Amino acid sequence: MNPISLTLTVNGTPSTFETIPTNRLSDVLRTSLNLTGTKVGCDAGDCGACSVLIDGQIACACLVPVAQVDGAHVETVDGLAGNGSLNQLQRSFLAHGAAQCGICTPGMLMSAKALLDTNPTPTRSEVEDALGGVLCRCTGYRKIVDAVINTHHIDVSDGKRSEQECSPVAGKSIGTSIQHVDGRVKVNGEISYGADAFPDQCAFIKIIRSPHHHADFTITDHQSFIESQEGLELFLSAADIPGRNCFGVIPPFADQPVFAEHTALFRGEAVAAIVGTLDALNTLDESTLPIIWHAQPHSLLPEEATSIASQLLHESRSGNILVEGHVERGNTDDTLKRASHYVTVHTSTPFIEHAYIEPEAGYCIRNGDRLEVFGCTQAAQMDREGLAEIMDLPIDAIRVMPSACGGGFGSKLDISFQPFIALAAWRLNKPVGISYTRGDSMRSTTKRHPSSIDVTIGCDPNGMLCGFDFKGTFNTGAYASWGPTVANRVPVHASGPYHIPDYRARSVAVHTNTPPAGAFRGFGVPQSAIAQETAFDQLADLAGVDRLEFRIKNALRNKQPTVTGQIFNTGVGIVECLEALTQTWKTATDKARSYNDAPEASHLRKGVGIGTCWYGCGNTSLPNPSTIRMGITAEGKIVLHQGAMDIGQGSNTVITQIAADAFGAPVHSIEMIDGDTDLTPDCGKTSASRQTYVTGMAAKQAGEALRSTVLRMGNVASDAHIEITGSVINLHDGPQTSSIELSKLPVNQFSYVIMAEETYDPPTTPLDEQGQGNPYAVYGYGAQLVELTVDTLLGTIKLNHITSAHDVGRAINPMLVEAQIEGGIAQGIGLALMEEYLPGRTENLHDYLIPTIGDMPDFSHFIIEVADAEGPYGAKGLGEHVLIPTAPAILNAIRDATGAVVSDLPATPHKVLSAIKKAQLAS
Amino acid sequence: MMFAQPKTTEEAVAYLANGDWSIVSGGTDFYPALGDKSPSGNILDLSRLKTLRTIFEDETHWHIGALATWTDVINTNLPDAFNALKLAAREVGSIQIQNRGTVAGNICNASPAADGMPALLCLDAIVRVSSQGNARDIALQDFVTGNRQTTLAAGEIVTELLLPKTSTEGDSHFLKLGARKYLVISIAMVAVRLQTDNNNLITNAALSVGSCSVVASRLPELEQYLIGKLLTPDLAPELANSITQQHVSGLSPIDDVRATATYRHSAAAELIRRSIVTLANRAS
Repeated sequence: MNPISLTLTVNGTPSTFETIPTNRLSDVLRTSLNLTGTKVGCDAGDCGACSVLIDGQIACACLVPVAQVDGAHVETVDGLAGNGSLNQLQRSFLAHGAAQCGICTPGMLMSAKALLDTNPTPTRSEVEDALGGVLCRCTGYRKIVDAVINTHHIDVSDGKRSEQECSPVAGKSIGTSIQHVDGRVKVNGEISYGADAFPDQCAFIKIIRSPHHHADFTITDHQSFIESQEGLELFLSAADIPGRNCFGVIPPFADQPVFAEHTALFRGEAVAAIVGTLDALNTLDESTLPIIWHAQPHSLLPEEATSIASQLLHESRSGNILVEGHVERGNTDDTLKRASHYVTVHTSTPFIEHAYIEPEAGYCIRNGDRLEVFGCTQAAQMDREGLAEIMDLPIDAIRVMPSACGGGFGSKLDISFQPFIALAAWRLNKPVGISYTRGDSMRSTTKRHPSSIDVTIGCDPNGMLCGFDFKGTFNTGAYASWGPTVANRVPVHASGPYHIPDYRARSVAVHTNTPPAGAFRGFGVPQSAIAQETAFDQLADLAGVDRLEFRIKNALRNKQPTVTGQIFNTGVGIVECLEALTQTWKTATDKARSYNDAPEASHLRKGVGIGTCWYGCGNTSLPNPSTIRMGITAEGKIVLHQGAMDIGQGSNTVITQIAADAFGAPVHSIEMIDGDTDLTPDCGKTSASRQTYVTGMAAKQAGEALRSTVLRMGNVASDAHIEITGSVINLHDGPQTSSIELSKLPVNQFSYVIMAEETYDPPTTPLDEQGQGNPYAVYGYGAQLVELTVDTLLGTIKLNHITSAHDVGRAINPMLVEAQIEGGIAQGIGLALMEEYLPGRTENLHDYLIPTIGDMPDFSHFIIEVADAEGPYGAKGLGEHVLIPTAPAILNAIRDATGAVVSDLPATPHKVLSAIKKAQLAS
Repeated sequence: MMFAQPKTTEEAVAYLANGDWSIVSGGTDFYPALGDKSPSGNILDLSRLKTLRTIFEDETHWHIGALATWTDVINTNLPDAFNALKLAAREVGSIQIQNRGTVAGNICNASPAADGMPALLCLDAIVRVSSQGNARDIALQDFVTGNRQTTLAAGEIVTELLLPKTSTEGDSHFLKLGARKYLVISIAMVAVRLQTDNNNLITNAALSVGSCSVVASRLPELEQYLIGKLLTPDLAPELANSITQQHVSGLSPIDDVRATATYRHSAAAELIRRSIVTLANRAS
């Protein structure tokens, strides 16, 4: 197609340029005009990340042929305020913590602008209608709605909060809701995600993926294929890998090839790649690819894969079993036989897609004998280790420069796009970039494990738990990924935060011809909690004990052994969480009863349900250290090397707060350097709810070490106040002041005159054959209460209110704590009510449904602080905990409202209605 | 590969008469249908046919031009009989989609879950189709023939939808059921248009259901059943409850990931009942 010339006024500036007329406006803005503030999440109008204003009307730029906007005025986030400043709406987003990972923020801001331009004082439902076309996977939406509603209502320069809260003085930032330290560039479009910084002259790469669940394949004459098509440079397949064609997050189980060799084990598996210009790749006729496929029989379900007739996916894994997990104490069989009451429950859940709005993207540059990879990741150092093996290069030859990460939730822990661009950049000696399509991302990257769980739980006449027998089968997909972690975590956590003397939990991870199941917020625990918590409600009813009271009676307390025999003398906070909900439980239950008993209740039934969680922070019985470096330059700058990847959860902010307070400097005086592996020590992966706790401890220790060095140099007391003015540190010790002249000190190899580097590794012990030991040094606890309304004729659910109580030990930043809770709940709602990934069927964001802004309830939060003996300032992890209680609480509320037991998730309307009918027949 | 932006219908059909063209107008179905691929072949962009972006009435018909967007429908002052169409317009994807997507495009895309179909069927919509030197009118129910299938032939474009004024009487309602609030493809949806006389007797009824058959369909037997019944707030619940599964047995829904066929049957009947009650309450 011939290019046309057109004129477009973007953010007030007219530009005339040549372009292919059917190019999407989103691509033209980002590529031709270099305005990368507008994001691309799906290229199908499903996510709204690319929302811009066209002549004042909001539109998805990905659906607009650029020829249609010739002569039009387009407004993007890049021009909202201009010149790097912020307008009132952007400041309101910052003040409310409405931008977490920030990838949806441009779309949210532009949609909000479209509304506020005509309606400066919108209602909540008007805001929801206006923003309903933009998906967010981090926030749970409430803070976004609040930010929009309040834009013109409050002085958002300080977000209604005191100066102390916004810019706390030295040593006082912990416990205050400071704004995200990296928030400004997220609301003005300046921050670079993986696809926002492709170098000039960048070649691009397209991955050829298996269209079959299981297939043998033959690569034919690829050389002639490349030569026959203009703009193509290189064909890559398994034969081109210099090192080991294998990667995996857990080295003993590593089994996934970069490119499959002869056989593809799942639909979406990479078998080859083509490098060329973007235009050439986009217009490639896929029917001409030099690959011949031979489809083979496949197993998509564990019951198929474990049948005798089934082929082995990996020869060494008999029965297609990857790994089994086991935790056992006491004598479960005998105790259950003697139980006064017992219930047996079966639950199942499907694949859940992470659905971060940023598809995987990045670029790689070859720099002599080194490779530099820029892109989104949750685990820069692990990427580096994996790439070194694949490329057969020393680890020092790999530099990973993390981009901003537009959501991760576990899936960006695994290598995905990195080896392809590394290999191509190495071979071509020029920059090579990649941007996964939504289809690439959904088909090929990891998912939450589908589960099938059977649990039998018994109690004595008083409702005290006395036996618990759990068996979970997890579909781990074609490759190991984090399957072993799920299999090990689940038996440790399946009890929930309860004291259960006689306990047996077994898990098995089974390979099938599906995408690898890996890490997803909670590593299998959300699935097991669904079984355990719904069984508890049934058991409490049998025992005639109030459901909340049942949980309080049985909750784990200090000095009681966990199911792995670990004993905490302090810090077990589940009772406090449950007790915080007592009043709400009473009021909500009374309200629901009186509503349901009223004559006009008709077909609507209100219900109340509770779910709880506990979750061990950090790796299970394995080392997982974090190292923090903090230094002072000769010019008096305090620099924090913070390698905990901020994927939206806020580690950049929280770790800086901890380091600032430990050192004794105002948080805003600290300059942060991110996780670039050339600049920053290893802070481990952003997973397992470990960063606030583990990296936080390293930051605390580094801050304290730096402080004590400074105090020692000035020979002042430990409570002296540190003040840095230019290149001089003044130490105020009562009436005395002493000074350190920084410019006179020698500069070390890291360019600092004073420096501290500290490493923290959680104290854990291995689990024995019965799964007994101390797998985690810190657990966090929580409970949630759901109020909802069931339409008993349509089976639809309206969530009215969710009250949370999470024990975080110490809330380093309460606003970020709330943000994590609301975002986790949103994902829990999706798990409960709508999400189901089916390979080959729901590989886009209109068939795969995640909650929208209109699917959220109101929230209330109790932030519980039962200090932990180990965590920094008492803090515990939170990131994964927050989604665990939501789904079971919703299911329990549905049962409370209607008697319906939905055990196969998601609880879509047809399943709820059928469960209601079953319950009606039974009664 | 060619690209053209005709400014008149004559120009557009002249292009179509010479070669194979894919048509784009709002773009909201065109790009998603490409999946991961770029547009290919000849593309005819109808967005410059400004005269077709109108909604107006003449003595006998209301006209919705082929370029009229869902937002245009929402913003136009229309008789109550269009309430169902307006409600449907507000539930098409998101405001982003409503601002660009056209009513005519929704029909031509011919999805079984096309949000506009039930309401337009209740208005007895007629599709006006033009080709070089020719124009034809065809009833909407005959125009859409299957999943992604219409009778639009090579060389033809839809230029407008006509709604006979005899069918734009009364009040109408629309309900869409999906698994989430926004951006949702429906599990089932219904449009109901009822006309009543001074004594609240139903004189004419039009009901249609989408997502419960390959093409959204009217329910003539149920329409006949309703004619002559009293539509008052008091009696509406009883009238609604007299509607049984039998009345929607003409539907042929499928089992898919969104719902079972059994569920769709029962949900369609329930949505019809609720629409009738809503209309009765609004009439009073």
